[in-house]
Amino acid sequence: MIVAEQKPFEEIWGMIKDYKKVLVFGCNTCVAVCHAGGNKEAESLGSLLRMQAKQENVDIEIKDSGIERQCEHEFFDSALKLLEWPDLVLSLGCGVGVQFMAAKFSDKPIFPGLNTTFMGAVESAGVFTEKCQGCGKCVLAETGGICPISRCAKRIMNGPCGGSTKGKCEISKDLDCAWQLIIDRMATLGTLDKYEEITPIKDWSTERSGGPRTIVREDLQV
Amino acid sequence: MSAKTPSKLEKILSAGHLAVTSECGPPRGSDPSAIVEKGELIKDYVDAINITDNQTSMTRMCSLAACIKLKQIGLEPVLQMVTRDRNRIAIQSDILGAASFDIHNMLCLSGDHQSFGDCAQGQNVHDIDSMQLIQTARYMRDEGKFLGGDDIKRPPKMFVGAAANPFADPFDIRVPRLAKKIAAGAEFIQTQCIYNLDKFKEWMKRAGDKGLLDKVYILAGLTPMKSAGMAKYMKNRVPGMDVPDELVKRLSDTPKEKQGDEGIKICIESIEQLKEVEGVKGFHIMAIEWEEKVPGIVKAAGLYPRPEV
Repeated sequence: MIVAEQKPFEEIWGMIKDYKKVLVFGCNTCVAVCHAGGNKEAESLGSLLRMQAKQENVDIEIKDSGIERQCEHEFFDSALKLLEWPDLVLSLGCGVGVQFMAAKFSDKPIFPGLNTTFMGAVESAGVFTEKCQGCGKCVLAETGGICPISRCAKRIMNGPCGGSTKGKCEISKDLDCAWQLIIDRMATLGTLDKYEEITPIKDWSTERSGGPRTIVREDLQV
Repeated sequence: MSAKTPSKLEKILSAGHLAVTSECGPPRGSDPSAIVEKGELIKDYVDAINITDNQTSMTRMCSLAACIKLKQIGLEPVLQMVTRDRNRIAIQSDILGAASFDIHNMLCLSGDHQSFGDCAQGQNVHDIDSMQLIQTARYMRDEGKFLGGDDIKRPPKMFVGAAANPFADPFDIRVPRLAKKIAAGAEFIQTQCIYNLDKFKEWMKRAGDKGLLDKVYILAGLTPMKSAGMAKYMKNRVPGMDVPDELVKRLSDTPKEKQGDEGIKICIESIEQLKEVEGVKGFHIMAIEWEEKVPGIVKAAGLYPRPEV
């Protein structure tokens, strides 16, 4: 899922305080799982902003609401009426949701209330970790199910580098060395003999550097 | 192994001499005199001089320009190149640029993470990794082609080296990793600084058991300690470094003003021991901002005069 964090309150307040009618708008799927931008978070952020407005004596009306998903047209149907009201929407969707809304409601400013951080997993309660960078050409079959692109700080395809120490990455003692994990997993799976095969230079054209990506599935088009 | 390039370093190694290399860090400014002075200071005591490439991710004069400066005063540079800062276009372009000045040695590295340096907010590139950089340099030389497949007019004649850190983890993978670098095309290896000689010997033994020692020239890396403080710092703060407690103690037990001399003594003793290790074909003496000590170390270790080839 997509993992995000709420922007600092002061930054959010700075973004919205000059508007008159602000809708704090939640997205109740990925970013609700990481407790950053779901409808519940929209409600509590709305309350905090109203308190701030009151304290600073700023004339601003703030409402909160949300939908299940800000990245698909059909989910907006129930909120179209409400979305006519604000002069600013503070979207608590990920960067995808913010842009989708900006395109859909092109005459209205849609500001991000979150910093979208990564595609990741819920490691344990309250711990989210990056697992994928969407390179467009998955290598997990060759790397013991651990992604060196998203989990090695140097995205090294033939690791580990010389900075791997006691299973940890050179950039932080709190960060596992992805290549230590890969080697351990290859050992468990009995595929360590494949370690000495050199991974060839990667084709990054399917990744960000190839330009923005679009998938067209004609079989799904109506 | 017979020499395949015009590299003086390769000629010395292929003639069976113990090679001596050292390294200089380029200045943090545009005045080239420091690099020339460092080069002049050690030129008669080493066969080639590595020029580091924005080491520890601190922005400096580029390695290539500093290599050219050395070449222009008749010295033999080893161009260090990290994959952190350049994509495959820049890498191939810089290799050709170096070759255009008849720079014939390069050392392929991934580079320290940028978070250690002065541009922690910058991007890293890592379009290719150090293993693939070795392949690239060899491909350009041996096939005379760009990665894109086109022919290179006057291909570069690089003697291609790589780093190896016998002390990083996991230890069991360090010899297979060396094998991988050799398979990628590495012709010489300069190791991480050796302080734990027993561990290094074990690594070399395993490399020998795997039949690797006849396929590559291994230059043992050494950095003399300036003080007990430096030893502690290297032990605790530098990733992938193995500094035994005894060494820290030996320096700590030495009066502060004599610790530098003791560090040099340890370095010389290490060289003497490493000469006896099968497969050690030379020494890479990295006296960090202490280049003036290199001549003394080389002489005391019986590595002077340097052979003529």
